[in-house]
Amino acid sequence: MVVFDKPHALTDVPLHYCPGCTHGIVHRLVAEVMDELGIEGRTIGVAPVGCSVMAYDYFNCDMVEAAHGRAPAVATGIKRSDPDNIVFTYQGDGDLASIGMAETVHSAARNENITIIFINNAIYGMTGGQMAPTSLPGQVTQTSPYGRDTAQCGFPIKVCEMLSQLDGPEYLERVAVNNVKNVKNAKKAIKKAFENQVNGKGFSLIEVISSCPTNWGMTPKRALEWIDEKMIPYYPLGVYKDRSAGK
Amino acid sequence: MAKLTFKTDKCKGCGLCVDACPKGVLALAEDKINQKGHHPVEAVNEAACIGCAFCATMCPDCIIKVER
Repeated sequence: MVVFDKPHALTDVPLHYCPGCTHGIVHRLVAEVMDELGIEGRTIGVAPVGCSVMAYDYFNCDMVEAAHGRAPAVATGIKRSDPDNIVFTYQGDGDLASIGMAETVHSAARNENITIIFINNAIYGMTGGQMAPTSLPGQVTQTSPYGRDTAQCGFPIKVCEMLSQLDGPEYLERVAVNNVKNVKNAKKAIKKAFENQVNGKGFSLIEVISSCPTNWGMTPKRALEWIDEKMIPYYPLGVYKDRSAGK
Repeated sequence: MAKLTFKTDKCKGCGLCVDACPKGVLALAEDKINQKGHHPVEAVNEAACIGCAFCATMCPDCIIKVER
């Protein structure tokens, strides 16, 4: 009996991500959910700019590449022009929380019936490890070599907390992928986010606390420990909004 | 006993599976180098494998197939 194998919704293309990068885990979870819900044939994904820019090579469903940060706007167009499609975006923190903040907030406020997978690794990965809007106070990056100074650079943006103040969004949850238990929880959250869309409930955003061993300057194992020690205390895991809870 | 199959040439040798395994079944092959230039994972104690698939759950590159 096969206990575990590559999901059909992932292609055989080798991922270009660095060794130990958790992007691969999240890709697999999204693909597993597509398989389980049987929606691969009618799913359209929107790839961002950032490390996951080549996500269109890795998913077996149809994919569109959006301009930097505009994935929720592109997804809105696709969904509204043909609501039978299941539309998701896959975005990093530089894409979603920096240049694409307006698109993110407004698509949430409109309760667009789309699913957003938001990878928060507290750094700009593709461009070489610069400070991101989500970098932690005191975190050393290429552009904050003495640690992020909140007096000069301000504070990190907590996307789930911020969006939960809006009346629009249906479902907001923050998960992590740094150990087996958290990966299983992340899968449940991603599945719920897709189910919400299938059931026409509206905007779902799953923030995934992810690692960047290369730009954090750590081994893959140490990076996962750092998520537990530093990231999760600042970005607490949990459901931030669920309008259908208890109904 | 469970059966593990690896797509060795896609392995990047990150070792997350090695750390996830509760039974010490896996190790990076220090004496081998794959197509990508990494030391790939191998099962050094497959008889102890319980087929929990924790290794495959943590593998970012989806190279492990678990059967039991």
